[in-house]
Amino acid sequence: MIPQLFVGGLLSGAIYALAAMGFVLLWQASRTINFAQGEFIMLPAFGVVLFQEVLKLPFPAAVGLTVLGSMAMGLVVKQFIVQPLLRRDILAIVIATLGIALFARNFIIVFWTADPIFYPSIFSTKPWRWREVVVSPEDLWVLGLVSLLILLVQMLIRHTKMGWAMQAIAQNREVARVVGINVSRTMAQVYLLNGLMMGIAAVMIAPIYFVQYNLGISLGLKAFYSAVIGGFNQVKGALFGGFLVGLLETFGAAYVSTAYRDAFALVVLIGVLLLKPEGIFGIREE
Amino acid sequence: MGSGKSNRRVLEYGALIAGLTAVGLFPRVAGDYPLYLANLTGVYLIGAIGLNITLGYAGQVSLAHAAFMAIGAYTTALLTLKGVSFWVAMPLGALLAGGFGFLLGFPALKVRHHYLAMVTIGFNVLVYLVLRNESEITGGMTGLRNIPRPGILGVHLGADRDYFYVIAATATLFAAFYRFLVRSKWARAFRAMRENELRAEVVGVSLRTYKTMAFAIGAAYAGASGALLACLLRYIDPSSFELDRSFQFLIMVVVGGPGWFAGPLVGAGIVTLLPELLRATQAVYLMLFAVLLILMLIFSPAGLVPALDRMGRVLLGWERPRPAVPEVMREETDRT
Repeated sequence: MIPQLFVGGLLSGAIYALAAMGFVLLWQASRTINFAQGEFIMLPAFGVVLFQEVLKLPFPAAVGLTVLGSMAMGLVVKQFIVQPLLRRDILAIVIATLGIALFARNFIIVFWTADPIFYPSIFSTKPWRWREVVVSPEDLWVLGLVSLLILLVQMLIRHTKMGWAMQAIAQNREVARVVGINVSRTMAQVYLLNGLMMGIAAVMIAPIYFVQYNLGISLGLKAFYSAVIGGFNQVKGALFGGFLVGLLETFGAAYVSTAYRDAFALVVLIGVLLLKPEGIFGIREE
Repeated sequence: MGSGKSNRRVLEYGALIAGLTAVGLFPRVAGDYPLYLANLTGVYLIGAIGLNITLGYAGQVSLAHAAFMAIGAYTTALLTLKGVSFWVAMPLGALLAGGFGFLLGFPALKVRHHYLAMVTIGFNVLVYLVLRNESEITGGMTGLRNIPRPGILGVHLGADRDYFYVIAATATLFAAFYRFLVRSKWARAFRAMRENELRAEVVGVSLRTYKTMAFAIGAAYAGASGALLACLLRYIDPSSFELDRSFQFLIMVVVGGPGWFAGPLVGAGIVTLLPELLRATQAVYLMLFAVLLILMLIFSPAGLVPALDRMGRVLLGWERPRPAVPEVMREETDRT
């Protein structure tokens, strides 16, 4: 039982970690919280269903178009909603991205469906057995690919010029501007990167979760909890928080209560906020 | 034309008397459908006033408004179903909601803005889960049925037409307290806190007191709104108190004009009546409201009330046109 739960927990943890990482990147680059992060996964999940199941495109083309669409969506949000609100109170952006999320969910209901859609897996779902341990190879694939994606993004941030520019504007936008970094362009790159990550995440989780308009609500919430628990201004904090939340709720659901699965992360969140509001790995900033 | 000020006073009292008369006569002449809409608007108006106090005046984001409403609604429903009088149950529901609001104010002492938005969303999710799962008390997904309506002095106010007066009286009472509140030193402290917490603390505003109270008062309003809703619909289930309901209150406040006295009236009116007039399904109007919300934030962050207010003043000749100064969503020099 325990190894199975562990794989399951790591799997949801990896997805939370990826979404949380996107949160942190957006926060660092633009001091913007994207409350529509969950919907940034939900919409591409519908995208891949649209391209592959409805328009009958081959799988690579469907994935390519989905990821491109996801990146384009990030750019549109940055350009037309975040940019005009940047100089306002942060509350305005918080409310605006909540508005984007509300729009996205209801857009799907109005123009597509409120029912869950089943999207078949590309990997074998025939479980692997080893003594009492039963693991789906699909889960392991997704876990591996998401972890790889996280590593690649980490390398991009640490070892490329683009990544350095992102780190620079995260630390001090004015100084970054003075040393010749194009802040608006770097911000756009961060939104594109977030779109890329969420697009790939969407393709991978579409077969695991049912594709439904409300897919993003709990994903977005958990990703945010993860980021806050781990530390909002640290990528490693987001990763730690993501895996912690994933494992916690999987074991909590198994041993404490299934009905309260969504509550475990919240309890930890409130504990962290009361004891160390900047998060476990976070650095206090004012 | 006489002096602007006395003119204005005459107009205000005239409007008040005309308003009260209209409210008194309305249920006697209105059809069933307008009556239903008026009842619903009255209920949401109370909740929207509450959020305007918390968010508009005190600057604290709360996305747990549906949860506070649920606490008021379930408390009232459970008590009245057990035979307790509505007039005891409703204040208890509002107080209990206010108590939870007070508690939720404590995280607000530690965190701000986006963190607070998430903590309150989390609280809303938690309350929803409890309502859904603790079915022995809350009835679970089937909810609670046959919630009785109140009576007064032996007269049962069971019909929609009569229950209207309960809603109207409660709304008037809460609006009167709201009016008193926004003119008191409390509102000044709330505004100071909203504009700059550090500065407010330096001049002696106790953040601990005012933040928790901003939440508590807003939540108590939501609780009363929920209590009235339970008896209006006579049936409640958890789906009435999902997150989208909290967003709906947020839209009412932002569209109406956060931090403006009449903001909730305009906001609650638009958000309740527009979908009915458009005959749109919930998904269609939520989508449209989301667009409206974003457009308002970008192009008219102060909300509709100041825009209408200015237009009215200019038309009545009280004031010359001048640009509006957005209060809550005002420009900052730099956020970095």
